[in-house]
Amino acid sequence: MSSLSERPQQAVVGLPLPHESAALHVTGEALYTDDLVGRTRDVLHAWPVQSPHAHAQITALRVKPAYDVPGVVLALTADDVPGINDAGVKHDEPLFPTEVMFHGHAICWVLGETLEAARLGAAAVEVEYEQLPSIVTVREAIAAGNFQGTGRHLDHGDVETALAGAAHLFRGEFEFAGQEHFYLETHASLAQVDEAGQIFVQSSTQHPSETQEIVAHVLGLASHAVTVQCLRMGGAFGGKEMQPHGFAAIAALGATLTGRPVRLRLNRTQDVTMSGKRHGFHTEWRAGFDDDGHLVALDATLTADGGWSLDLSEPVLARAMCHIDNAYWIPNVRVDGRIAKTNKTSQTAFRGFGGPQGMLVVEELLGRCAPLLGYDAMELRRRNLYQSHHATPYGQPVRHAERLEACWSEVLQSAEVEHRQAEIERFNANHPHTKRAVAMTPVKFGISFNLTAFNQAGALVHVYKDGSVLINHGGTEMGQGLHTKMLQVAATTLGVPLERVRLAPTRTDKVPNTSATAASSGADLNGAAIKNACEQIRERLAQVAGGRLGISARDVRITDGSLHGLSSTSESLRWEEVVHDAYHQRVQLWAAGFYRTEGLHWDPVAMLGEPFKYFAYGVAASEVEVDGFTGAYTLRRVDIVHDVGDSLSPLIDLGQIEGGFVQGAGWLTLEDLRWDESDGPNRGRLATQAASTYKLPSFSEMPEVFNVRLLEKAHEDGAVYGSKAVGEPPLMLAFSVREALRQAAAAFGPAGTSVELPLPATPEAVYWALDQARSSVPVKHLEAVGSSGG
Amino acid sequence: MSTTIKVNGGDLAIDGVPIHTTVLDWLRDRGLTGAKEGCAEGECGACSILVARPGIDSPTEWTAVNACLLPVGSLDGQEVITSEGLGSSSALHPVQQEVAVRGGSQCGFCTPGFVCSMAAEYYRPDRTPTAGEPCDHEHGPNGFDLHALSGNLCRCTGYRPLRDAAYALGDPATDDVLAARRSSPPPPPAPTKLAVAGAEFHRPAALDAVLGLLTERPDAQIVAGSTDVGVEVNLRGVRAPLVIAVDRLDELREFDFGPDEVRIGAALTLSEIERLLAGRVPLLAQMFPQFASRLIRNGATIGGNLGTASPIGDAPPALLALEASLVLASRRGERVVALADYFTGYRETLKAPDELIRAVLIPLPLAPLSAFHKIAKRRFDDISSVAVGYSVEVVDGFVSRARIGLGGVAATPLRARATEEALTGRPWTERTVREAAAVMATEGTPMDDHRASASYRSAMLGQSLLRFYAQHLEVEGVSA
Repeated sequence: MSSLSERPQQAVVGLPLPHESAALHVTGEALYTDDLVGRTRDVLHAWPVQSPHAHAQITALRVKPAYDVPGVVLALTADDVPGINDAGVKHDEPLFPTEVMFHGHAICWVLGETLEAARLGAAAVEVEYEQLPSIVTVREAIAAGNFQGTGRHLDHGDVETALAGAAHLFRGEFEFAGQEHFYLETHASLAQVDEAGQIFVQSSTQHPSETQEIVAHVLGLASHAVTVQCLRMGGAFGGKEMQPHGFAAIAALGATLTGRPVRLRLNRTQDVTMSGKRHGFHTEWRAGFDDDGHLVALDATLTADGGWSLDLSEPVLARAMCHIDNAYWIPNVRVDGRIAKTNKTSQTAFRGFGGPQGMLVVEELLGRCAPLLGYDAMELRRRNLYQSHHATPYGQPVRHAERLEACWSEVLQSAEVEHRQAEIERFNANHPHTKRAVAMTPVKFGISFNLTAFNQAGALVHVYKDGSVLINHGGTEMGQGLHTKMLQVAATTLGVPLERVRLAPTRTDKVPNTSATAASSGADLNGAAIKNACEQIRERLAQVAGGRLGISARDVRITDGSLHGLSSTSESLRWEEVVHDAYHQRVQLWAAGFYRTEGLHWDPVAMLGEPFKYFAYGVAASEVEVDGFTGAYTLRRVDIVHDVGDSLSPLIDLGQIEGGFVQGAGWLTLEDLRWDESDGPNRGRLATQAASTYKLPSFSEMPEVFNVRLLEKAHEDGAVYGSKAVGEPPLMLAFSVREALRQAAAAFGPAGTSVELPLPATPEAVYWALDQARSSVPVKHLEAVGSSGG
Repeated sequence: MSTTIKVNGGDLAIDGVPIHTTVLDWLRDRGLTGAKEGCAEGECGACSILVARPGIDSPTEWTAVNACLLPVGSLDGQEVITSEGLGSSSALHPVQQEVAVRGGSQCGFCTPGFVCSMAAEYYRPDRTPTAGEPCDHEHGPNGFDLHALSGNLCRCTGYRPLRDAAYALGDPATDDVLAARRSSPPPPPAPTKLAVAGAEFHRPAALDAVLGLLTERPDAQIVAGSTDVGVEVNLRGVRAPLVIAVDRLDELREFDFGPDEVRIGAALTLSEIERLLAGRVPLLAQMFPQFASRLIRNGATIGGNLGTASPIGDAPPALLALEASLVLASRRGERVVALADYFTGYRETLKAPDELIRAVLIPLPLAPLSAFHKIAKRRFDDISSVAVGYSVEVVDGFVSRARIGLGGVAATPLRARATEEALTGRPWTERTVREAAAVMATEGTPMDDHRASASYRSAMLGQSLLRFYAQHLEVEGVSA
């Protein structure tokens, strides 16, 4: 067992604690960035001028009329930028564009004494456009050859030979839209300038260090002149990894020019029309099976819809390609990946980060092919699961693959799946207008940033003279419970009660050069850094205590705030006294901690290596009921067994699993991004740009019965206190919902019906699928000619 | 004298606040930042607050509403409780306690709104524990109706812990001040006249004064719950020069279940009507839970829903099937118009600019077979792709009367006249229904939009009739 993962007796990690801010959340006392505005004097408010065209050259921009609106203070344009006019790290996102790249693109910003003044001022700005041809759909981009960034190629085995020799060959093509993050808190920044010209930006950002960098380069300042703080976020889900930077830069630029605090908070419509989303994809695939239902080869082309700029599209694509296998062993795999450039918002990180899109391909093909192969889909999936001696197509051994089987068996048993399948069969036979189905799908998800350099973290831990502890780390809190876990890690490592530890807000002047809190890695990286800092302090205190107790420092243990020797009867010292003594002995009572994930290597060009520290596993079984008249459905029951290692904080992890699952189900079944693809005047406009038109899961989408279990005895040797990351993997357990809907729709038709189910599987989509199944005749042998899809 | 709103027990002035300022922005400007803006259109509930409103089962009921939709003047003289007023982090309210310890908050942004909506249900006077197991998946053993939270969205938790928190709530303690507050009446509506920066907000004390203002000021905007107007203000920047609040006018809040008709005052909220009818109009009883969310139904009035004349409103298809009519009032007098004649075009009606909807009349007796079918993407709180209301009578196996109201398939709500004709006088059999369903699928002129395709809408019309028949097959099958 590694020292990183070894968990002491009486550990505070592992206790099921509520969120550290729960009491502040429920009372409304918890502060978010925009809650600071009323607590700050003389704040100016920002409002954007947004383009009404998908693609156009700006031929004239007249801001003067804005100044005729009472209360307008300043209209910000490209001329005001002292540094680099760019909001990204790829230098393809002009902060103030001359060429409009998507409908809703912000052209300039107006600052007003009130939000109303800024809004009216923005409405008064005059812009002239020369419209340009636009590419709105990924299919249009493919037809036009309009790509961006670097395409990738993953090749393992001999796909052509394997496909040629496969007993059953299928092919398909499908396309699916992205997903709006719809964090409840929209993008918000509040920027101020202090007496020394230092910029202080409070921002709802997952990536304070990068927000700092972008603000600095826009203002033409060094990074040390900019501090970014994030108190907490009202949800982020990846949507605040890259996207906050430009908004923070606008606020900072306004504050610099006016000398007054500037608040930029997007309203929902602005947020949805301006900020990036999950990537939609177009996919084509060919798959071969042997006579025993084993996948022998997969050939796929993935085209990610990147939107107007590159953003994180390249790593998203890489993760999609690396996850096309999901949890299944496929001996021969070829994947071509490319990024379409379209006149839409710049698509970005979203929980799963390409993983869901890649995995969707294999789940789609298994769901479609199972009836054609004559297999129950559940059986087909199970017989293709990875075994412990397998490696992925990119060459990484699938360590702990046996946990897939363990999760699968436990779900099967605890959810009484086979018994319920029989019940469902009886139910379906007696209900012509209603059908039920249960589906099981697995998840295997690689943990670590694909880009190796990001896998590092820092922490700063102070022990004050009175024994109280203050921790600071580079991770941000977006609701995922990171801070709760970090408090537990610090209390465990120092051996003090949780109440002795406080956590200070994330700030770039405390811990520098941090990575985004993303890739599910927040607890792994920051937890290890905090542990490292706490260990340094603990060792120093052990020296002090050893001296007092007359024992070797190596034999000093700290539990629950007392320092003692190995024997339970030995003399003990209170934490506070030892800290007091240490101070007087001039022992350093604070420490900076650092962590980098060891053992990672990745060749992004060859798509080979071991980019992940480990895999997280899980299995879900979902049961649905579908109404044959309308296609409307209910999610009757969900059972999940998920591998979080030895949980740092079980209540937090449970929340991540449940929430991720429902969010995934939202993407797959309900959330419907619709862009105007017509040639009309609104081409490129997002038609679903409000909560009234873009429907998130509500209480009615919650599974009626929802059983979630953490896989037991799941120690992860390479991670902090034996735990595993949890943020993203459970989202993909929701494939079971879509597959259950597919099977329920098929149940309206004759046995062996293969159902094509578009995404999202809205009631309308399910209705057409079941209507087709209902009117179809049994098809037995499609496979030889190989057309199961599109 | 200054105009004030009592918030969490203390009076806060609203003098000089611009007329179109929402209650949410006003609260937040005063440092009460618990309530949040998540959508500004009454969809997410992050802004939910409690208002003391006249009750049905007790003098006052704590009613959860969307603060983002209400103009601040509309709460003049009223009492409001926010999440900060329910409890503090050192002394949590029972609702806050349950949500906190059960993992009901993750990012916490939606949480204060959830807490307020949950508290309203906690204090609902007629919430009574069911004996033993919950009767369905939408009611807890403590009588908690999950629909109370249908207007609150959470993007983090997946809702299960919030449901568990709601179902774990007991009854308010005997010394609970908010529970005690229910036993005395809420503040009466304050006649209000605010004028700020060229815009005015009026709450006249009597209907006659409203009708007078309507005659003089064609530019006036009537608001009741402001659930529709509030969206226009927030999302489209509509700024009417004169806003007239009518939601507390006695003349508009009549309710009478007579022998020949039901009379429902136009300013009664959907929630109030649901409680007052108590299931006596089954078609409406089916509609209420599907009409937007509890938060919206607590503000939205039946008159408002008909006044905006949206083709996708939920009440019109139901009321068309019930052959309802409207009482329109103006200085010129009152007149009664059939709802079927009322809608004249997209958001256009027979109502003259100086007229106000005073009441809705539903003739009795009701047809024995009825149903409300709503097709939408989401079961709770969604806008109809298609909505259908049925009132059908079958005598001796033959359809003697069929009234079918449709929404979402034309520029106005409409009656499915051809389908009604195809059913009337025919035997109530699958053959008749199949033939009529084929007719029904051609009713209206559905269009493609982001909610549904035209072909799905048409298909749903036909399917709806088949489903209606399937639902009433067993009852009527013997005589058919």
